Amino acid sequence: MKKILTSLALLGLVVAGTAAIAAEEQNPAAPTHFPINEPKEMSWSFAGPFGTYDKAQLQRGLKVYKEVCSACHSMNLVAFRTLEGLGYSEAQIKTLAAGYTIHDGPNDAGDMFDRPGKPSDHFPAPFPNEQAAAAANGGAAPPDMSLLAKARGVERGFPRFIFDIFTQYAQGGPDYIHSLLTGYDQTPPAGMVIPEGTHYNPYFLSGVSLKMPKPLSDGQVTYDDGSPQTVDQYARDVAAFLMFAAEPHLEERKKTGFRVMVFLLLFGALVYMTKRRVWADVAH
Amino acid sequence: MSEGHSTYTPKTGIERWFDARMPLPRLIYDSFVAYPVPRNLNYMWTFGGILSIMLVAQILTGIVLAMHYTSDTNLAFDSVEKIMRDVNSGWLLRYLHSNGASFFFVAVYIHIFRGLFYGSYKAPRELLWILGCIIYLLMMATGFMGYVLPWGQMSFWGATVITGFFSAIPLVGNWIQQLLLGGFAVDNPTLNRFFALHYLLPFMIAGVVVLHIWALHVVGQSNPTGIEVKSKTDTVAFTPYATIKDAFGMIVFLFVFAYFVFYLPNYLGHPDNYTVANPLKTPAHIVPEWYFLPFYAILRAITFNIGPINSKLGGVLCMFGAIAMLFLVPWLDTSKVRSAVYRPWYKLFFWLFVADAILLGWLGSQPAEGSYVFMAQMATLFYFAFFLVVMPVLGLIETPRRLPNSITEAVLEKKKGGSGHLAGMTAAPDTKG
Repeated sequence: MKKILTSLALLGLVVAGTAAIAAEEQNPAAPTHFPINEPKEMSWSFAGPFGTYDKAQLQRGLKVYKEVCSACHSMNLVAFRTLEGLGYSEAQIKTLAAGYTIHDGPNDAGDMFDRPGKPSDHFPAPFPNEQAAAAANGGAAPPDMSLLAKARGVERGFPRFIFDIFTQYAQGGPDYIHSLLTGYDQTPPAGMVIPEGTHYNPYFLSGVSLKMPKPLSDGQVTYDDGSPQTVDQYARDVAAFLMFAAEPHLEERKKTGFRVMVFLLLFGALVYMTKRRVWADVAH
Repeated sequence: MSEGHSTYTPKTGIERWFDARMPLPRLIYDSFVAYPVPRNLNYMWTFGGILSIMLVAQILTGIVLAMHYTSDTNLAFDSVEKIMRDVNSGWLLRYLHSNGASFFFVAVYIHIFRGLFYGSYKAPRELLWILGCIIYLLMMATGFMGYVLPWGQMSFWGATVITGFFSAIPLVGNWIQQLLLGGFAVDNPTLNRFFALHYLLPFMIAGVVVLHIWALHVVGQSNPTGIEVKSKTDTVAFTPYATIKDAFGMIVFLFVFAYFVFYLPNYLGHPDNYTVANPLKTPAHIVPEWYFLPFYAILRAITFNIGPINSKLGGVLCMFGAIAMLFLVPWLDTSKVRSAVYRPWYKLFFWLFVADAILLGWLGSQPAEGSYVFMAQMATLFYFAFFLVVMPVLGLIETPRRLPNSITEAVLEKKKGGSGHLAGMTAAPDTKG
């Protein structure tokens, strides 16, 4: 039996050794794992068990989306009425929707027509179809933004994915978007080949560079609440807005969750005391 | 509960009326009130009840979700988002259902490992164990098909990879694969039949669960000592004793479940599944749901040909073989002692097996390259060695500890000695030979 133990210990050493080899250094000019840099972890108002959206931030983020992102990125799943979650009144949403032209039809005469948007309409897409979007953007269609904040996330790796359970880290999407938007303007390491027509960004999830050029620059979008008009602020605001667009019921979810947890805690305590009482006379 | 032992006496007129025509109240009374359970069951025995409520919860949330879901490749993804955004409490239903699948598997894995630790599969419980294995297989099929329904990137590519396994089978492989897919690739016919089967299989699970509980009530529950019930003092009535203990176990389990549903609803999913399926764009790493990862690691560990068996077929055989091992466990384990509590060496290997299964799960989530492949091969080797070598050999050469004469004696011994041998699943592996 001692022999079995010794061989098991040996096996353990072999496994640990190979794990160490697996973590070997990679050549900075030809990285094999992406992103090159991990996303920066920001502090978000909607993080944690009591997180709520910062409505002013979402409104700023919507402004960035409308004035910058929406030129190329659709947001097909989001209806104007959803924006009530940003603190807008019904009347404000009507006005906002009416600012958009919606292609509708056919009417009774069989013709397609344009009309002003209604709160029940969704954000109109900038391109008529995916092929047109791809053709206008160097061959790759810009992704729809409705779910982007949940559809992007960098693998957390061991042991962080364990800690994430206890810290309730669920902001991988917004962190990634913020890091990507602020990750341009960096010089690639010497010797790195950046394909023609792409832009180096060490935070990009699936390569050294991406087709999208740096979309934001300081002062590009005018804020009327006095917030700093910097790329960093724009990136934070639009990332927060995209989290809202992807998960509009987040606040309701966390609020409901708190009630459920409190209920289960109290109910569990009562049932536990009952259980103690029932079993009190039985050795087990 | 075998016939003839019924202690039910109908008290009211309506009960007597039913009892003379269809003794359903008697069946319920005998199965869930008077049914004797060993008095020394620990909280590991609450997972059967937990699994029952998880199955019911999955069926209920699933039926409502199906009312809003559309199984058409052009509409499926958007219909799920419609549920998330516009259906009243739709987000709650969907998160309950998607996380519910994960927690169903959490519970079933604890349930299976409990069976392996305490030797619950040994005679006369072989059939009970095998029925459980069938439920597990049906759960895997249901879980896999359910993951395809939202029609995200991982849905599509996961389905492509997993149905691809079948093409490795000689002669009939391609035919089986095309039958599953309803074509040559994952497409609308695949989605439709997966939806139909995903709705059907849970009811088949419920059917096998009835058989599982039936078999259980014939042979009775095993217990942490592994000693059969010998006298009335060894047992307590199901109600109130087991009922209240199960209820507490369920609430604790639901607490953890709710924590994920409300605070980390996407933790167990993959971000790529929030991107609509695109047959022209392969994700960088295709990973199945976490509960398949150990088997996925075994599949990919076979990178070499063995005689006429190429690596692909070898991987598929090993993967299915890994599950088949569970069916054989009642006959692979040669020990006369059931419980690992009295088997120091088996206990050690059991915990190594648990660690090995977790390691395989982690390797399944990593790309199959470099040293990961070697580690997966070693872990796969240990996985099979545990069943095919350790289980049969250990039963022959191991000297078990002294067994108490009865459950009651064990309970009283423990009461007297403080900590004792019955610390159960949380006990550290004992290395004394």
